[in-house]
Amino acid sequence: MSDYNFAYLDEQTKRMIRRAILKGLAIPGYQVPFASREMPMPYGWGTGGVQVSAAVLTPEDCFKVIDQGADDTTNAVSIRKFFERTAGVATTEETEKASIIQTRHRIPEAALREDQILVYQVPIPEPLRFLEPRETETRKMHALEEYGLMHVKLYEDISQHGAIATSYAYPVKVEGRYVMDPSPIPKFDNPKMEMAAIQLFGAGREQRIYAVPPHTRVVSLDFEDYPFEAAKADHACDLCAAEDSYLDEVILDDAGGRMFVCSDTDYCRSRRDAGHVGRLGEVAA
Amino acid sequence: MYVAVKGGERAIDNAHAWLAEERRGDPSVAELSLAQIREQLKLAVNRVMAEGSLYDPDLAALAIKQSRGDLIEAIFLIRAYRTTLPRFGCSLPVETGEMACDRRISATFKDVPGGQVLGPTFDYTHRLLDFKLAAEGETPEAPRAAPRQEPTPHVTSFLGSEDLIQPEPASEATPRDITRAPMAFPADRSTRLQSLTRGDEGFILGMAYSTQRGYARNHAFVGELRIGTVPVEMEIPELGFAIEIGEVELTECETVNQFKGSKVEPPQFTRGYGLVFGQSERKAIAMALVDRALRWKELGEDNLGAAAQDEEFVLSHCDNIQATGFLEHIKLPHYVDFQAELELVRKLRAEAEAARAVTDAEQAQEAAE
Repeated sequence: MSDYNFAYLDEQTKRMIRRAILKGLAIPGYQVPFASREMPMPYGWGTGGVQVSAAVLTPEDCFKVIDQGADDTTNAVSIRKFFERTAGVATTEETEKASIIQTRHRIPEAALREDQILVYQVPIPEPLRFLEPRETETRKMHALEEYGLMHVKLYEDISQHGAIATSYAYPVKVEGRYVMDPSPIPKFDNPKMEMAAIQLFGAGREQRIYAVPPHTRVVSLDFEDYPFEAAKADHACDLCAAEDSYLDEVILDDAGGRMFVCSDTDYCRSRRDAGHVGRLGEVAA
Repeated sequence: MYVAVKGGERAIDNAHAWLAEERRGDPSVAELSLAQIREQLKLAVNRVMAEGSLYDPDLAALAIKQSRGDLIEAIFLIRAYRTTLPRFGCSLPVETGEMACDRRISATFKDVPGGQVLGPTFDYTHRLLDFKLAAEGETPEAPRAAPRQEPTPHVTSFLGSEDLIQPEPASEATPRDITRAPMAFPADRSTRLQSLTRGDEGFILGMAYSTQRGYARNHAFVGELRIGTVPVEMEIPELGFAIEIGEVELTECETVNQFKGSKVEPPQFTRGYGLVFGQSERKAIAMALVDRALRWKELGEDNLGAAAQDEEFVLSHCDNIQATGFLEHIKLPHYVDFQAELELVRKLRAEAEAARAVTDAEQAQEAAE
């Protein structure tokens, strides 16, 4: 793949993306328009995240890609392979060792450090989109900090269901100013967004980049009498016995048999390596 | 016992190997050459060039072969390739009045200077399957005439000389490049036209059709439709003058639309404009209709709330590469979010059932009392 520049994109394009990233970091939660390029993978499959990763990658980086928390889901494999070929960077499945982690739908369980960057793939960057389909309107609403519509939506949820019926892509307010879409992570992950690492969000098709700098206040929207609750399946991991990790439910047979396992495969592996054994786990030989 | 699904990488490689085999089809049948696709599936090549925004028939033929004839996939291949090419600059505006026309018709006049030239069209063919083509015989040569040497003037220019059609303001401004700048609304006309010309043919056709059926109806006459080649010139800074760098085949359509006039302006026709790479007649006409519908504000018309008048709706959804990518991404795993929904629905159901149990108990109590 020597025909392509390091990390595929040409330097001009990377510079343009870096400018958008810097602007995003300067205005936490603000969606910065950028001239997204067509990538050799489809829109909606992580082109925003890929462009952001390409713009921040250096040859010394160690790159990790997860989808649904797992390193071996097909699209994660495909994106990791893309950067192995076009950037020749080291890759890893270990959260600890990675300097850049590109993710879809999850935040790793292990706390991230200051020297790490978490890159999110974002399908619809606009948290108000499903309340107001017009970009011209939603940009105005952000500019005027007019978020009443969102609170009304949450209130209607409560009046109809007795609870806020949003379980993923749960809206947050960043540093007391912009309401932001955290990408479709389960709301279980929302509290982790106040972290030491830089968080960058790329939406390729929608041509937007936004960012949360380290140690920035990220508050999940709620009401005093209906406080935000991070939810997960009420079980422990059946492989590593973790009680604090987000779980996938796996159907085992057609008789209702099921098991719960960590969605973060690296977290689960490291716990099993350390000797933790779940209900259905095997003791390491 | 659950084993974490490993081997995604091998599965992907195997899937791609199978795809390559399927692409080739039965090896006892001769393989398609790019030249065959370029020459014999020219309209497919044209569509891929138009919506791929890259004028290169050979690459478009390659993309069609690689995509097994899935034109949106082929357009995607071209777009992904195009975006890696350096941008040297922009050409001078092409002079379509100088076009060497293969086809040129006007629906607004019986005859026009330059004549009505049907050219290689499907129009007036009876759509009967031609089984002779299946027999792979030679095609008889079409009769020839000497090509017209002088330029063919635009039909709308005849209306323009009488002030009967609204003039388009000239501009020396460098048009925005939608491949290099993010889309922003309101979009200027050059942005709209760029989006429409690379927009999905089916989508643009549907939008145009909706205006004909009354959703923001603005009856369009095809003032002129012309297909042919034009030279492309570019100013070379080192030389200080423009040189011809090649030629492209284009389809251009100008529609003449009714306009009532207003208190301040006497009635005048207005126009919609379509310009597409290659012989892409349906697309060029549809583009002109949609362009015209999108001009309601500038022409002081009412917003009737029709989809084709809604710039943000049309421009945000006309790109088939964006649309197909996002549509098909729902094939990707979503089990983490689905799990979150599952937990929520279970919780809400449990609460609803608990509440019902309480109500039932209360009613039973009341009945007992």
